[in-house]
Amino acid sequence: MTHLLHTTYSRYPASLALVALLVASAACRSADRSTSADVAPKVAPTGQAHEALEPRKITIGNFTFSPASLEVPVGATLVWVNEDDVPHVVVGVDAGSPLRSPALDTDDRYSVVLDRPGTYRYFCSLHPHMTGTVVVK
Amino acid sequence: MPEQDRDPKSATVTRRGLLKCAAWAGAGVVWTMQGGVLRSTNLIGAAQAGEASSRALSFVQISDSHIGFSKEPNATPHVTLQSAIDQIRALPQAPAFVMHTGDVSQLSKAEEFDTAAQIIQGVGRDVRFVPGEHDVIGDNGRAFFTKFNGSPDRKWYSFDHGGAHFVALVNVVDLKPGGFGQLGAEQLEWLEKDVKGRSASTPIVVLAHMPLWTVYSEWGWGTDDAPQALGYLKRFGSVTVLNGHIHQVMQKVEGHVQFHTARSTAFPQPAPGAAPSPGPMKVSAETLRSVLGVSRVTQRSHDRALAIVDDTLSG
Repeated sequence: MTHLLHTTYSRYPASLALVALLVASAACRSADRSTSADVAPKVAPTGQAHEALEPRKITIGNFTFSPASLEVPVGATLVWVNEDDVPHVVVGVDAGSPLRSPALDTDDRYSVVLDRPGTYRYFCSLHPHMTGTVVVK
Repeated sequence: MPEQDRDPKSATVTRRGLLKCAAWAGAGVVWTMQGGVLRSTNLIGAAQAGEASSRALSFVQISDSHIGFSKEPNATPHVTLQSAIDQIRALPQAPAFVMHTGDVSQLSKAEEFDTAAQIIQGVGRDVRFVPGEHDVIGDNGRAFFTKFNGSPDRKWYSFDHGGAHFVALVNVVDLKPGGFGQLGAEQLEWLEKDVKGRSASTPIVVLAHMPLWTVYSEWGWGTDDAPQALGYLKRFGSVTVLNGHIHQVMQKVEGHVQFHTARSTAFPQPAPGAAPSPGPMKVSAETLRSVLGVSRVTQRSHDRALAIVDDTLSG
Protein backbone atom coordinates (compact mmCIF):
# COMPACT_ATOMS: atom_id res chain seq x y z
CA MET A 1 0.00 0.00 0.00
CA THR A 2 2.80 2.37 0.88
CA HIS A 3 4.21 1.77 -2.56
CA LEU A 4 0.93 2.78 -4.19
CA LEU A 5 0.72 5.89 -2.03
CA HIS A 6 4.15 7.06 -3.08
CA THR A 7 4.19 6.11 -6.68
CA THR A 8 3.59 8.83 -9.18
CA TYR A 9 4.26 6.60 -12.13
CA SER A 10 0.99 4.79 -11.74
CA ARG A 11 -0.07 2.95 -14.85
CA TYR A 12 -3.29 1.75 -13.25
CA PRO A 13 -6.63 2.87 -14.62
CA ALA A 14 -8.00 6.00 -13.00
CA SER A 15 -10.56 4.20 -10.83
CA LEU A 16 -8.08 1.74 -9.42
CA ALA A 17 -5.59 4.46 -8.65
CA LEU A 18 -8.32 6.49 -6.99
CA VAL A 19 -9.40 3.60 -4.76
CA ALA A 20 -5.82 2.76 -3.91
CA LEU A 21 -5.13 6.38 -3.08
CA LEU A 22 -8.13 6.70 -0.80
CA VAL A 23 -7.39 3.43 0.99
CA ALA A 24 -3.73 4.21 1.28
CA SER A 25 -4.21 7.74 2.54
CA ALA A 26 -6.62 6.47 5.14
CA ALA A 27 -4.26 3.70 6.20
CA CYS A 28 -0.98 5.51 6.08
CA ARG A 29 -0.49 8.13 8.75
CA SER A 30 3.25 8.51 8.51
CA ALA A 31 3.86 9.32 4.87
CA ASP A 32 7.48 9.99 4.06
CA ARG A 33 7.55 13.68 3.26
CA SER A 34 10.92 13.48 1.56
CA THR A 35 9.44 12.03 -1.61
CA SER A 36 6.91 14.86 -1.53
CA ALA A 37 4.79 12.74 -3.81
CA ASP A 38 1.85 12.41 -1.50
CA VAL A 39 1.17 14.11 1.77
CA ALA A 40 -0.85 12.13 4.27
CA PRO A 41 -3.67 14.17 5.68
CA LYS A 42 -3.77 15.13 9.32
CA VAL A 43 -6.65 13.95 11.47
CA ALA A 44 -9.86 14.61 9.59
CA PRO A 45 -11.78 17.76 10.50
CA THR A 46 -14.91 17.07 12.49
CA GLY A 47 -17.81 15.86 10.39
CA GLN A 48 -15.79 15.45 7.22
CA ALA A 49 -14.71 11.99 6.13
CA HIS A 50 -11.89 11.80 3.61
CA GLU A 51 -13.84 9.40 1.45
CA ALA A 52 -16.33 12.22 0.83
CA LEU A 53 -13.66 14.47 -0.65
CA GLU A 54 -13.53 13.58 -4.30
CA PRO A 55 -10.04 13.89 -5.77
CA ARG A 56 -9.85 16.90 -8.01
CA LYS A 57 -8.19 16.37 -11.34
CA ILE A 58 -5.96 18.85 -13.11
CA THR A 59 -5.27 17.81 -16.67
CA ILE A 60 -2.01 18.68 -18.32
CA GLY A 61 -2.59 18.89 -22.06
CA ASN A 62 -1.28 21.01 -24.90
CA PHE A 63 1.21 22.59 -22.52
CA THR A 64 -1.63 23.88 -20.34
CA PHE A 65 -2.95 23.10 -16.87
CA SER A 66 -6.74 22.66 -16.90
CA PRO A 67 -8.33 24.08 -14.97
CA ALA A 68 -5.62 26.71 -14.60
CA SER A 69 -7.29 27.95 -11.45
CA LEU A 70 -9.05 25.60 -9.08
CA GLU A 71 -10.74 26.03 -5.73
CA VAL A 72 -10.88 23.02 -3.40
CA PRO A 73 -11.81 22.39 0.23
CA VAL A 74 -9.17 21.75 2.88
CA GLY A 75 -7.99 18.15 2.79
CA ALA A 76 -8.96 17.58 -0.83
CA THR A 77 -6.78 15.35 -2.96
CA LEU A 78 -5.39 16.91 -6.10
CA VAL A 79 -4.31 14.76 -9.00
CA TRP A 80 -2.35 16.13 -11.92
CA VAL A 81 -2.58 13.85 -14.96
CA ASN A 82 -0.21 14.38 -17.85
CA GLU A 83 -2.01 13.79 -21.14
CA ASP A 84 0.65 15.48 -23.24
CA ASP A 85 3.21 13.53 -25.21
CA VAL A 86 5.98 15.47 -23.51
CA PRO A 87 6.96 15.32 -19.84
CA HIS A 88 6.03 18.05 -17.38
CA VAL A 89 7.12 18.81 -13.82
CA VAL A 90 4.77 20.46 -11.31
CA VAL A 91 6.67 22.81 -9.00
CA GLY A 92 5.29 25.19 -6.40
CA VAL A 93 6.13 28.85 -6.74
CA ASP A 94 5.92 30.06 -3.15
CA ALA A 95 8.55 29.39 -0.50
CA GLY A 96 7.77 26.24 1.45
CA SER A 97 5.29 25.04 -1.14
CA PRO A 98 4.50 21.33 -0.83
CA LEU A 99 4.14 21.07 -4.58
CA ARG A 100 7.04 19.36 -6.27
CA SER A 101 6.45 16.43 -8.58
CA PRO A 102 9.00 14.21 -10.23
CA ALA A 103 9.12 14.34 -14.02
CA LEU A 104 5.70 13.24 -15.23
CA ASP A 105 5.76 11.40 -18.52
CA THR A 106 2.61 10.74 -20.55
CA ASP A 107 -0.12 9.20 -18.36
CA ASP A 108 1.88 9.75 -15.16
CA ARG A 109 0.02 11.18 -12.18
CA TYR A 110 1.03 13.33 -9.27
CA SER A 111 -1.17 13.37 -6.17
CA VAL A 112 -1.10 15.79 -3.28
CA VAL A 113 -3.41 16.44 -0.37
CA LEU A 114 -3.45 20.08 0.69
CA ASP A 115 -4.54 20.26 4.31
CA ARG A 116 -3.85 23.93 4.91
CA PRO A 117 -5.96 26.75 3.49
CA GLY A 118 -4.20 29.16 1.19
CA THR A 119 -3.29 29.93 -2.39
CA TYR A 120 -0.87 27.50 -3.96
CA ARG A 121 0.74 28.77 -7.15
CA TYR A 122 2.68 26.36 -9.31
CA PHE A 123 4.26 26.10 -12.75
CA CYS A 124 6.00 23.57 -14.98
CA SER A 125 9.74 23.75 -14.42
CA LEU A 126 10.38 22.44 -17.93
CA HIS A 127 8.03 24.87 -19.59
CA PRO A 128 7.83 27.83 -17.21
CA HIS A 129 5.20 29.56 -19.28
CA MET A 130 2.74 26.98 -17.95
CA THR A 131 1.28 28.21 -14.68
CA GLY A 132 -1.63 27.33 -12.43
CA THR A 133 -3.16 28.03 -9.05
CA VAL A 134 -5.01 26.01 -6.47
CA VAL A 135 -6.97 27.87 -3.79
CA VAL A 136 -7.66 25.83 -0.69
CA LYS A 137 -10.52 27.08 1.44
CA MET B 1 37.38 43.53 -52.82
CA PRO B 2 39.17 44.05 -49.46
CA GLU B 3 42.91 43.53 -49.31
CA GLN B 4 42.77 40.38 -47.21
CA ASP B 5 40.68 38.67 -49.85
CA ARG B 6 43.48 38.85 -52.32
CA ASP B 7 46.41 36.50 -52.26
CA PRO B 8 49.49 38.76 -52.19
CA LYS B 9 51.45 36.16 -54.10
CA SER B 10 49.19 36.02 -57.08
CA ALA B 11 46.41 37.90 -58.77
CA THR B 12 43.71 35.43 -57.75
CA VAL B 13 41.09 36.06 -55.12
CA THR B 14 41.93 33.96 -52.10
CA ARG B 15 39.84 31.01 -51.05
CA ARG B 16 38.82 32.86 -47.94
CA GLY B 17 37.38 35.69 -49.94
CA LEU B 18 35.37 33.37 -52.09
CA LEU B 19 34.07 31.32 -49.20
CA LYS B 20 32.93 34.55 -47.62
CA CYS B 21 30.92 35.27 -50.75
CA ALA B 22 29.51 31.77 -50.70
CA ALA B 23 28.47 32.19 -47.09
CA TRP B 24 26.53 35.32 -47.91
CA ALA B 25 24.99 33.65 -50.94
CA GLY B 26 23.77 30.94 -48.61
CA ALA B 27 24.55 28.27 -51.19
CA GLY B 28 27.02 25.44 -50.94
CA VAL B 29 28.72 26.74 -54.08
CA VAL B 30 31.93 28.70 -54.48
CA TRP B 31 32.75 30.72 -57.55
CA THR B 32 36.45 30.81 -58.16
CA MET B 33 38.30 33.28 -60.28
CA GLN B 34 41.48 31.66 -61.42
CA GLY B 35 43.42 32.89 -64.38
CA GLY B 36 40.50 35.13 -65.27
CA VAL B 37 38.06 32.22 -65.64
CA LEU B 38 34.99 31.81 -63.45
CA ARG B 39 34.54 28.28 -62.17
CA SER B 40 32.22 26.79 -59.59
CA THR B 41 32.87 24.04 -57.14
CA ASN B 42 30.79 22.93 -54.20
CA LEU B 43 31.81 24.31 -50.85
CA ILE B 44 33.32 21.12 -49.55
CA GLY B 45 35.41 20.64 -52.70
CA ALA B 46 36.75 24.17 -52.47
CA ALA B 47 37.69 23.70 -48.85
CA GLN B 48 39.67 20.64 -49.77
CA ALA B 49 41.28 22.23 -52.76
CA GLY B 50 42.51 25.33 -50.97
CA GLU B 51 45.54 25.47 -48.75
CA ALA B 52 44.71 24.65 -45.12
CA SER B 53 44.37 27.80 -43.08
CA SER B 54 46.14 27.59 -39.78
CA ARG B 55 43.35 29.73 -38.36
CA ALA B 56 40.52 27.62 -39.79
CA LEU B 57 37.48 27.43 -37.55
CA SER B 58 35.31 24.40 -38.08
CA PHE B 59 32.86 22.59 -35.83
CA VAL B 60 29.49 20.91 -35.94
CA GLN B 61 26.50 21.71 -33.76
CA ILE B 62 24.08 18.94 -32.81
CA SER B 63 21.11 19.45 -30.55
CA ASP B 64 18.06 18.01 -28.82
CA SER B 65 18.89 14.32 -29.03
CA HIS B 66 16.25 13.60 -26.32
CA ILE B 67 17.56 10.11 -25.58
CA GLY B 68 14.74 8.39 -23.68
CA PHE B 69 11.97 9.83 -25.82
CA SER B 70 9.90 6.99 -27.27
CA LYS B 71 6.83 8.41 -28.95
CA GLU B 72 5.75 9.54 -32.37
CA PRO B 73 7.28 10.56 -34.66
CA ASN B 74 10.47 8.83 -33.45
CA ALA B 75 10.42 5.92 -31.02
CA THR B 76 14.18 5.42 -31.43
CA PRO B 77 16.02 8.72 -31.07
CA HIS B 78 19.22 6.81 -30.32
CA VAL B 79 19.10 5.48 -33.88
CA THR B 80 18.76 8.91 -35.44
CA LEU B 81 21.44 10.29 -33.13
CA GLN B 82 23.74 7.53 -34.35
CA SER B 83 22.92 8.52 -37.93
CA ALA B 84 23.88 12.10 -37.15
CA ILE B 85 27.19 10.95 -35.68
CA ASP B 86 27.83 8.72 -38.70
CA GLN B 87 27.09 11.64 -40.99
CA ILE B 88 29.59 13.84 -39.14
CA ARG B 89 32.22 11.12 -39.31
CA ALA B 90 31.68 10.91 -43.05
CA LEU B 91 32.32 14.61 -43.67
CA PRO B 92 35.15 15.08 -46.18
CA GLN B 93 36.74 17.59 -43.85
CA ALA B 94 36.48 16.55 -40.22
CA PRO B 95 35.29 19.27 -37.83
CA ALA B 96 37.65 20.21 -35.02
CA PHE B 97 34.97 19.46 -32.43
CA VAL B 98 31.28 18.93 -31.91
CA MET B 99 29.01 21.10 -29.80
CA HIS B 100 25.76 19.74 -28.31
CA THR B 101 23.33 22.52 -27.45
CA GLY B 102 21.28 20.55 -24.97
CA ASP B 103 18.31 18.30 -24.27
CA VAL B 104 20.78 15.47 -24.53
CA SER B 105 18.30 13.34 -22.55
CA GLN B 106 14.57 13.24 -22.18
CA LEU B 107 14.26 12.98 -18.40
CA SER B 108 17.77 13.50 -16.95
CA LYS B 109 18.07 9.78 -16.23
CA ALA B 110 21.52 8.28 -15.77
CA GLU B 111 20.92 5.60 -18.39
CA GLU B 112 19.82 8.25 -20.89
CA PHE B 113 22.97 10.28 -20.28
CA ASP B 114 25.06 7.11 -20.61
CA THR B 115 23.46 6.02 -23.88
CA ALA B 116 23.82 9.51 -25.34
CA ALA B 117 27.45 9.78 -24.25
CA GLN B 118 28.30 6.40 -25.75
CA ILE B 119 26.80 7.27 -29.11
CA ILE B 120 28.21 10.79 -29.23
CA GLN B 121 31.72 9.74 -28.22
CA GLY B 122 31.77 7.62 -31.37
CA VAL B 123 32.19 10.77 -33.43
CA GLY B 124 35.88 10.62 -32.60
CA ARG B 125 36.29 14.31 -31.87
CA ASP B 126 36.12 16.47 -28.77
CA VAL B 127 32.52 17.07 -27.79
CA ARG B 128 31.30 19.90 -25.58
CA PHE B 129 27.86 20.34 -24.08
CA VAL B 130 25.42 22.81 -22.67
CA PRO B 131 22.29 21.47 -20.95
CA GLY B 132 18.68 21.76 -21.99
CA GLU B 133 15.78 21.91 -19.53
CA HIS B 134 15.32 18.15 -19.96
CA ASP B 135 18.84 17.61 -18.66
CA VAL B 136 18.47 19.41 -15.33
CA ILE B 137 15.35 17.81 -13.89
CA GLY B 138 15.32 17.38 -10.13
CA ASP B 139 18.92 18.35 -9.41
CA ASN B 140 19.52 21.67 -11.20
CA GLY B 141 21.84 19.81 -13.54
CA ARG B 142 24.26 18.37 -11.02
CA ALA B 143 24.38 14.96 -12.71
CA PHE B 144 24.61 16.54 -16.16
CA PHE B 145 27.46 18.89 -15.27
CA THR B 146 29.33 16.07 -13.54
CA LYS B 147 29.05 13.79 -16.52
CA PHE B 148 29.39 16.17 -19.44
CA ASN B 149 31.46 19.00 -18.02
CA GLY B 150 33.62 16.92 -15.68
CA SER B 151 32.46 18.60 -12.47
CA PRO B 152 29.17 19.61 -10.82
CA ASP B 153 30.59 23.10 -10.41
CA ARG B 154 31.51 23.57 -14.06
CA LYS B 155 28.28 24.94 -15.50
CA TRP B 156 29.06 27.80 -17.90
CA TYR B 157 32.49 28.07 -19.45
CA SER B 158 34.44 29.51 -22.34
CA PHE B 159 37.17 28.35 -24.68
CA ASP B 160 39.04 29.44 -27.76
CA HIS B 161 39.23 27.73 -31.10
CA GLY B 162 40.26 28.74 -34.57
CA GLY B 163 40.74 32.36 -33.54
CA ALA B 164 37.22 32.64 -32.13
CA HIS B 165 36.12 32.84 -28.52
CA PHE B 166 33.31 30.53 -27.46
CA VAL B 167 31.04 31.04 -24.46
CA ALA B 168 28.91 28.11 -23.38
CA LEU B 169 25.93 29.32 -21.36
CA VAL B 170 23.25 27.73 -19.21
CA ASN B 171 19.80 29.25 -19.52
CA VAL B 172 17.61 26.39 -18.32
CA VAL B 173 18.10 26.41 -14.55
CA ASP B 174 16.10 28.40 -11.95
CA LEU B 175 13.41 29.17 -14.46
CA LYS B 176 10.81 31.58 -13.19
CA PRO B 177 7.10 30.85 -13.46
CA GLY B 178 5.54 32.50 -16.46
CA GLY B 179 9.00 33.23 -17.81
CA PHE B 180 11.36 32.16 -20.51
CA GLY B 181 14.92 30.89 -20.31
CA GLN B 182 17.15 32.63 -17.83
CA LEU B 183 20.88 33.22 -17.45
CA GLY B 184 20.89 34.74 -13.95
CA ALA B 185 23.02 37.37 -12.28
CA GLU B 186 25.99 35.16 -11.41
CA GLN B 187 26.42 33.93 -14.96
CA LEU B 188 25.94 37.40 -16.44
CA GLU B 189 28.63 38.73 -14.13
CA TRP B 190 30.94 35.93 -15.26
CA LEU B 191 30.20 36.65 -18.93
CA GLU B 192 30.91 40.35 -18.59
CA LYS B 193 34.32 39.61 -17.09
CA ASP B 194 35.05 36.80 -19.52
CA VAL B 195 34.76 38.95 -22.64
CA LYS B 196 36.16 42.15 -21.20
CA GLY B 197 39.45 43.19 -22.72
CA ARG B 198 39.18 40.92 -25.73
CA SER B 199 39.81 42.48 -29.09
CA ALA B 200 36.60 43.55 -30.81
CA SER B 201 37.75 41.73 -33.93
CA THR B 202 37.65 38.38 -32.13
CA PRO B 203 34.68 36.42 -33.46
CA ILE B 204 32.43 35.43 -30.58
CA VAL B 205 30.34 32.28 -30.61
CA VAL B 206 27.62 31.99 -27.97
CA LEU B 207 26.13 28.59 -27.25
CA ALA B 208 22.98 28.09 -25.19
CA HIS B 209 20.01 25.78 -25.32
CA MET B 210 17.05 28.14 -25.33
CA PRO B 211 17.03 30.86 -27.96
CA LEU B 212 18.70 34.08 -26.91
CA TRP B 213 16.17 36.09 -28.85
CA THR B 214 12.40 35.94 -28.58
CA VAL B 215 11.39 33.53 -31.31
CA TYR B 216 7.81 33.11 -30.04
CA SER B 217 6.78 34.43 -26.67
CA GLU B 218 3.49 32.49 -26.50
CA TRP B 219 5.48 29.27 -26.29
CA GLY B 220 8.18 30.64 -24.01
CA TRP B 221 10.76 30.54 -26.80
CA GLY B 222 13.22 33.14 -25.57
CA THR B 223 15.50 34.11 -22.68
CA ASP B 224 14.45 36.81 -20.22
CA ASP B 225 17.87 38.33 -19.54
CA ALA B 226 19.49 37.69 -22.93
CA PRO B 227 19.54 41.41 -23.79
CA GLN B 228 21.95 42.00 -20.92
CA ALA B 229 24.28 39.27 -22.18
CA LEU B 230 24.12 40.58 -25.72
CA GLY B 231 24.90 44.04 -24.38
CA TYR B 232 28.32 42.79 -23.24
CA LEU B 233 28.94 41.55 -26.79
CA LYS B 234 27.75 44.65 -28.60
CA ARG B 235 31.24 45.93 -29.36
CA PHE B 236 32.40 42.76 -31.13
CA GLY B 237 32.50 42.72 -34.91
CA SER B 238 31.12 39.22 -35.29
CA VAL B 239 28.84 37.43 -32.86
CA THR B 240 27.24 34.10 -33.69
CA VAL B 241 24.56 32.78 -31.37
CA LEU B 242 23.82 29.07 -31.71
CA ASN B 243 20.81 27.66 -29.91
CA GLY B 244 18.56 24.62 -29.94
CA HIS B 245 15.32 23.94 -28.07
CA ILE B 246 12.85 24.67 -30.87
CA HIS B 247 13.76 21.69 -33.09
CA GLN B 248 13.82 23.66 -36.31
CA VAL B 249 16.13 26.03 -38.11
CA MET B 250 15.42 29.65 -37.47
CA GLN B 251 17.72 32.58 -38.16
CA LYS B 252 17.94 36.27 -37.51
CA VAL B 253 20.57 38.87 -38.10
CA GLU B 254 20.76 41.97 -35.98
CA GLY B 255 23.72 44.19 -36.78
CA HIS B 256 26.83 42.13 -36.18
CA VAL B 257 24.92 39.38 -34.41
CA GLN B 258 23.83 36.28 -36.27
CA PHE B 259 21.26 34.13 -34.42
CA HIS B 260 20.65 30.55 -35.47
CA THR B 261 18.79 27.56 -34.06
CA ALA B 262 19.54 23.99 -35.09
CA ARG B 263 17.32 21.04 -35.90
CA SER B 264 16.92 18.21 -33.43
CA THR B 265 18.31 14.74 -34.03
CA ALA B 266 15.15 13.28 -32.46
CA PHE B 267 11.94 14.96 -33.64
CA PRO B 268 10.71 18.20 -35.18
CA GLN B 269 8.47 20.78 -33.56
CA PRO B 270 5.87 22.96 -35.25
CA ALA B 271 6.62 26.41 -36.55
CA PRO B 272 5.56 29.17 -34.14
CA GLY B 273 1.80 29.23 -33.85
CA ALA B 274 1.31 26.49 -36.43
CA ALA B 275 -0.04 24.09 -33.80
CA PRO B 276 -1.85 24.41 -30.45
CA SER B 277 1.39 23.69 -28.59
CA PRO B 278 5.10 23.15 -29.22
CA GLY B 279 5.10 19.38 -28.68
CA PRO B 280 6.64 16.81 -31.04
CA MET B 281 5.37 17.26 -34.57
CA LYS B 282 4.15 13.99 -36.03
CA VAL B 283 5.57 13.32 -39.47
CA SER B 284 5.66 10.17 -41.55
CA ALA B 285 8.53 7.73 -41.23
CA GLU B 286 9.58 8.67 -44.76
CA THR B 287 9.91 12.36 -44.01
CA LEU B 288 11.37 12.08 -40.48
CA ARG B 289 15.03 12.24 -41.46
CA SER B 290 14.45 15.24 -43.68
CA VAL B 291 13.38 17.29 -40.65
CA LEU B 292 16.23 16.18 -38.38
CA GLY B 293 19.80 17.33 -38.81
CA VAL B 294 23.07 18.89 -37.74
CA SER B 295 24.70 22.25 -38.45
CA ARG B 296 28.20 22.76 -39.79
CA VAL B 297 29.91 26.01 -38.83
CA THR B 298 33.03 27.29 -40.53
CA GLN B 299 34.93 30.50 -40.99
CA ARG B 300 37.71 31.55 -43.26
CA SER B 301 38.29 35.17 -42.40
CA HIS B 302 38.69 36.43 -38.88
CA ASP B 303 36.49 39.47 -39.05
CA ARG B 304 33.35 38.28 -40.83
CA ALA B 305 30.25 36.29 -40.01
CA LEU B 306 30.56 32.53 -39.65
CA ALA B 307 29.11 30.30 -42.30
CA ILE B 308 26.42 27.95 -41.04
CA VAL B 309 25.22 25.09 -43.21
CA ASP B 310 22.28 22.98 -41.99
CA ASP B 311 22.40 19.38 -43.16
CA THR B 312 19.42 17.07 -42.71
CA LEU B 313 19.76 13.39 -41.92
CA SER B 314 18.25 12.39 -45.24
CA GLY B 315 21.37 13.30 -47.20
